[in-house]
This record gives sequence, structure tokens and C-alpha cells, in this order.
Amino acid sequence: MQDTGLSILFRGINFLRLLQGLWVTLQISLISVGLSFIFGTLFGMLMTVKNRFVQAFCWLYLNFIRIMPQLVLLFLVYFGVTRQWQISLSAWSSAIIVFTLWGTAEMGDLVRGAIVSIPSHQYESAAALGMTKQQIFRFVILPQTIRRLIAPSINLITRMIKTTSLVEIIGMVEVLKTGQQIIDANRMQYPTGALWVYGAVFVLYFLVCWPISTLAGRLERKWR
Amino acid sequence: MTDEILLSVKDLVKSYEGTSEVLNGISLDIHKGEVVVVLGPSGCGKSTLLRCMNGLEEYQSGSITLDGEKITKNGANMTALRQRIGMVFQSYELFPHLSIQDNITLAPVQVQKVPKEQAQAEAERLLERVDLLDKRTAYPRQLSGGQKQRVAIVRALAMHPEVMLFDEVTAALDPEMVREVLDVMLTLAEQGMTMVIVTHEMNFARAVADRIVFIDGGVIVEETDPETFFEHPSTERAKQFLKTFTFEKKA
Repeated sequence: MQDTGLSILFRGINFLRLLQGLWVTLQISLISVGLSFIFGTLFGMLMTVKNRFVQAFCWLYLNFIRIMPQLVLLFLVYFGVTRQWQISLSAWSSAIIVFTLWGTAEMGDLVRGAIVSIPSHQYESAAALGMTKQQIFRFVILPQTIRRLIAPSINLITRMIKTTSLVEIIGMVEVLKTGQQIIDANRMQYPTGALWVYGAVFVLYFLVCWPISTLAGRLERKWR
Repeated sequence: MTDEILLSVKDLVKSYEGTSEVLNGISLDIHKGEVVVVLGPSGCGKSTLLRCMNGLEEYQSGSITLDGEKITKNGANMTALRQRIGMVFQSYELFPHLSIQDNITLAPVQVQKVPKEQAQAEAERLLERVDLLDKRTAYPRQLSGGQKQRVAIVRALAMHPEVMLFDEVTAALDPEMVREVLDVMLTLAEQGMTMVIVTHEMNFARAVADRIVFIDGGVIVEETDPETFFEHPSTERAKQFLKTFTFEKKA
């Protein structure tokens, strides 16, 4: 029987391998996203502190991370840090560090934007009711900040998931790299395999990102 | 109205950083149960005066006291003092993430530790008074401007303040919604609430005020009963100001 391109996916353990690759992708992105949300919230609050040195530090960090391509950051941490300080970092830890550094900067800027976008009158009308600063932040500012953060932070999560495909350059085998390996190994037998494998990778990314986007849309409508 | 002085402003001087004085020596006593309406052209400092009275602004010298207790922006007992002073703003500033009922009960429950059921019952009673009981589960975005402002008044009243400050509360409203808000304020005045009102509604000022305070250039220019102020203003500045509210067809 003539093999169609599609059957490349079901030959041997090819599909299982793709799923294993996806698992690596998910591990890196979800751990980094989790850490980025924690540190990013703190970083965003730090950015609203009215102190010149704090602001200069935050500006420097944010722009350094933003200007550097993630690729360069990966090289810098994986090869640079190892050489310079004789610390042995696995590719896995390097990836987590880089994506957390990046996510913290981006998330921080989102949090800062959300906090300063709350009109000062909201603070004043809460203060006029006799609420303390802590009460104002907890009951009035924070809930509004979180609602404003949903759309942009979901956008950041999906961006981070997609960008993790870069980690193959420091030797990690995630879903995209797995796909390339499968294509290379079957090049003779399945000349049109690339289309099917990349198609499968596309579907896997979609299946991961789509529910997240849907959830965001639902929350936004609920909290409009 | 009684002789008892509730809120007292003495020689108040206030300037924003790098500008000349906004308030230049204001002295004003508000008696218990009195309704004082503050009038004046834009930028005369009347809103600033009101904001100082609630500790929302710092001031350079002079003093503001409520029952003898000093009001300053970062004063130690400001949260306690503010519970006794209700304030309503031009832009309503309801909390958009909370239902109308939760907007009203948030401060009583969190600040005054009133049991939730009791605060809710109180909110319903107050909403009934302003004809908005059916909106208690709605959110601010579903209300008209006039309705929002009535909720903002109720929210302040739920703290049982001794004095209410109104900062141009109808300035942002469509004309047909102004009335419903002013009616609520008139009723409050009749019930003996102590009120300080900044407004541009001259007919309303005349109807509600026990005393008119006319401010211009950061000082009190004229201070008298409404009848005298509107019929026989004694200063040239007040006459000019009142003229801007009358229209005549040009020949």
C-alpha cells in the first residue's frame, strides 16, 4: 500500500514523540509563566514607587530585557553564565531563567500600566469613605487592576508558549524540534512529510493556546 | 440650625506647588444643621476648599477642625474623621467592579465593621428613599448619570456622616437629570443634614441655602443670606458674577 504523508504521524512512536515534545514546551512555558506572574506583579508594583533610583533600576531592567532578542538572552545565560562563573546550568534551567526574566519584565509593565490607569478619583472617593490605604488597595484598586490585566496577560501567556520554540538552539527537544527530527528521519520514505508534521505541530499549539484565549474572553465578558 | 459649630475653617492658605495661592486666608464656620452654598467663578478655589475640608489636599497654613479635631491630609486619625464627613464628587466615582448594593455596603462593613445583613438592610432603606431599590443588584455601568450620582450620595450617607460635602455634583449631568439629584439634596437639607455645597445651579442654591459664601481670587468676597445675595449683592464682583447667569436678547 502506498503510504500517504499523513501516516508519517502514526509510524512507530512518532505521535507519542510529538506529545513528549509538547510536554517539554508546556513545562518550560507554564513554569516560566507562573514565576513571571508572581515576580511581574511585584516588579509592576515596584515600578509605581515614586523614587528616582527605583525607577531608574526598573527602566534599565525593562529596556535591557526588551531590547535583547530572547535568542541572545538564551545564549547569554546558557553559555555566558556557565563560562564566566563556572556555574553549570542545564538547558532546562537556562530556559526557565530566561523566560522568567523576560516574562517578569513584560508582566511588570502590564501590571504597572493597569495600576496607573485607575483614575485618582477612585482612590479619593474610597478615602472619603474613611478607608485606610490598605483597604483601598485591597477592595478598590486590586480588583479593578486584575480585571484590566486579563486580556493583555493572556496575550503574554500565548506569546511565551510560542516563543519557547527557541530553546532548541540550546539543545532542548521541544515540540517543534521533535517535529523536525521526525521529518529528517523519514525524509526518503515520506517526501511530503514536512507538511503533515508541521501541520500537526500547528494543531498542537492551537489546542494549547485556544482554550486559554477562550477563557480570557469569557472572563472579560463576565467582568466587563 | 443650631449655634453649635461643627466644622471650622480658620485663615486657610493653600497653594499648589509653584503657583500663587489658590486659597488666601479663608475663615468659615459651619454650624450644625446649616446648609452653606459656596459660589464663585471657575478656578476661584471653591472645590479646593471642599477638598481641604475632607483632608484630600494639604494646606500651607491655617486650620480646619471638626468638633475641635484637626483635619490634615496625612493626619493620624484622618480615616476616623473622614467617616464623619461624607463627600460626593462631580464624577460620581462609584466602584465599577461592585454592584450598587456592594458599593454602598463596602465601607460600612470593612471600615465600621457593621454586620453584613445590617448594612444591606440599611442600603435597601436608603436606596428606597432615592427610588433606586430595584437597581440594587445592577452595576454602575447600567445606570444613568443621575442614578449614579444618587447612589454616590447614598453611599456617603450609609456611613452616617455628620456633615456632607457636595463638589459640583450636577456639573457632569444632562440637564434633565440634574433635578432628580437636587431633589435628593433638598430632602436631605429639610431633614436637618449639615451640608456644604459647591454648585453652579443658582436657583437651587437660592432654594437650599441658609447662607451663601461667595469666593473669588481665593478669598471670601461676600457672605450673606441667599435673599440678600441674589437680590442686593453688595460687591461689584458678585454683581458681575450673577450677571453671567442672566441672558438678554441683543437689540
